[in-house]
Amino acid sequence: MSVNAEPRAVTGDTGPGAQQPADLVVPLGRQLAVLAVRYGMFVALLIWIVVMSFSTEHFFSSTNLLNVARQAAPIIIIGVGMTFVMATAGIDLSVGAVVALISCLAASWLALGLSVWIVVPLLLLVGAVLGGINGLAVWAGIPAFIVTLAALVSVRGLAFVYSDGYAVPVTDEAFIWLGRGSILGINTPFVLATVVALVGWFLLNRTRFGLHTLAVGGREEAARVMGLRIGVIKLAVYAITGALAALGGIVVTARLANGSPNAGMSMELDVIAAVVLGGTSLFGGSATIVGTVVGALFINFIRNGLNLMNVDPYWVQVVTGIVLVLAVLLNSVVNRRVVQWARRGAEGRR
Amino acid sequence: MTQAGTMPAAAAAAATDRPTQPALVEMQDISKAFGAVRALTHVNLTIAPAEVLGLVGDNAAGKSTLMKILAGAIQPDSGRILVRGRPVSFSGPIAARDAGIEMIYQDFALVPELTVTQNIFLGRELTGPALGVLRRKAMAERARKLFAELGLRVPSVSASVRELSGGQQQAVAIARATGFDAKLVIMDEPTANLGAPAIAKVRETIARLKAQGVAVIVISHRLEDIFSVGDRFVVMKHGRVVGTRAVSDTDNDEIVQMIVSGSDPRGDRTAAE
Ligand SMILES: Nc1ncnc2c1ncn2[C@@H]1O[C@H](COP(=O)(O)OP(=O)(O)OP(=O)(O)O)[C@@H](O)[C@H]1O
Ligand SMILES: [Mg+2]
Repeated sequence: MSVNAEPRAVTGDTGPGAQQPADLVVPLGRQLAVLAVRYGMFVALLIWIVVMSFSTEHFFSSTNLLNVARQAAPIIIIGVGMTFVMATAGIDLSVGAVVALISCLAASWLALGLSVWIVVPLLLLVGAVLGGINGLAVWAGIPAFIVTLAALVSVRGLAFVYSDGYAVPVTDEAFIWLGRGSILGINTPFVLATVVALVGWFLLNRTRFGLHTLAVGGREEAARVMGLRIGVIKLAVYAITGALAALGGIVVTARLANGSPNAGMSMELDVIAAVVLGGTSLFGGSATIVGTVVGALFINFIRNGLNLMNVDPYWVQVVTGIVLVLAVLLNSVVNRRVVQWARRGAEGRR
Repeated sequence: MTQAGTMPAAAAAAATDRPTQPALVEMQDISKAFGAVRALTHVNLTIAPAEVLGLVGDNAAGKSTLMKILAGAIQPDSGRILVRGRPVSFSGPIAARDAGIEMIYQDFALVPELTVTQNIFLGRELTGPALGVLRRKAMAERARKLFAELGLRVPSVSASVRELSGGQQQAVAIARATGFDAKLVIMDEPTANLGAPAIAKVRETIARLKAQGVAVIVISHRLEDIFSVGDRFVVMKHGRVVGTRAVSDTDNDEIVQMIVSGSDPRGDRTAAE
């Protein structure tokens, strides 16, 4: 969960000789308001699922739910990396392009008859190297937005150059299983996404690396004078995101059984939307993997529900955009206001 | 007051090469330029164990820069630093902190989004045997104990620093700098923007550190801070040391005159040693 997800009142710890500060007790009503805003996305997702279940026939079926989970899987996988990048107050616009290049490479290497066991690790390595190059440029002080925008354009270009613009079919059964197979009745992409999310959660919330990532994004100057290796951390988060974009690309390619330079088109927007919807700060310092997972599911559930209601796909895009803006508003302005309001309530009681 | 950190004052006295008062830290011939700005030129500074030194001077005199060099946050262009007579080279803040030199920055250098405990241990977290997994309970426990020992007014150690008042944030910065067996604590303008009770608390902290044998360098524009808890003044101007005075051997007017004129009225330039 989010690093500072638990609602806390500022209370005084007892200590010998310590002057006891007055406890701040937030009134219940205001506490609930804070919680409602903080977990707004979760609440909204639940409401959406309930409403959709009643209004459309096929929505609440295990087939449909698992199908949405499968569609959300690549977004979740890449979103975990993006969460780390955004925790450092960075951004990676190149993930969709990496998906495309990986897609082309996968299809062409498999067509050469190479084994999955060689192709997949190689693809992950390519992704990590591409991300690492982004990371080095950011380390050197170029704004992440510019670096990864340049990468978006040139990596997508590479994908077209490499493939000559043609899609190549994938026939390798083992590879295709990564996109279409299942484990214990759950589709492989969602299983992979779950594993990635769990590992990402642990890394972010339980390890020194995760803590330093948040510190760098929270206040870089403080991280610097405390001796954190800022450059290495930045390099690492972009490399991780590159590798996860490669994994996302593998899943997408396997699901479509097709390697195409058009794969992952504007996927970076979905990924960033999922991360922001989930509540990760655009300005760094606070990040949540659970939020990213929920955000990715939410986007896909909205699309799926509207599709089932036969809403025009262009309108679906409009609605998705509006939801994103509302969520950002909730997470930033409204959240801050409500927290301040709750604290004033607490101080009023002293 | 409880005795936090143990102080090996005896260990310092055992240094054989300096028969008299052995220096804890010596900065020799330090120079530093930022582009065309010569922030420091051939600066020398010595501090003894348990000494409280007031570093004073006009704006842009180079005080913060000199102290950042000592804290490992900036690398000097030339000069050297000796700790207990041994030359050291601080490649970064961690090296300086490992040598027992801590700095409390003017802006406290805290990460607002992180908790009190996370800030206190930032850069030297307690980790388990593998993969840098944090020992969160152990750190929270130690942070709580630290506040109790220091007698600092404490927020909840799991509150994020953003939620704290300025005074509480300073308490966190003090706890971080003094909680790890520091030999020398540097405070950059610790009493700026503080109310009277908080200023008293800072003075108390300095006195406590001194009693424990910890040396303290205080950068301050408020000379009364140094007169109340300090042993010695070092006056800087334009990147040079103007002179030094024992607190018992000077008065407010003389120090002010040195700060303003940039020259030592007693012509005793070598005393800056
Ligand atoms: N990172 C930096 N880059 C460029 N110039 C710097 C930097 N840090 C300090 N300086 C310059 O070095 C000189 C000394 O600055 P410093 O901050 O050490 O002064 P100070 O004595 O601490 O002043 P104050 O009392 O205002 O804090 C100033 O001219 C300042 O502008
Ligand atoms: Mg200064």
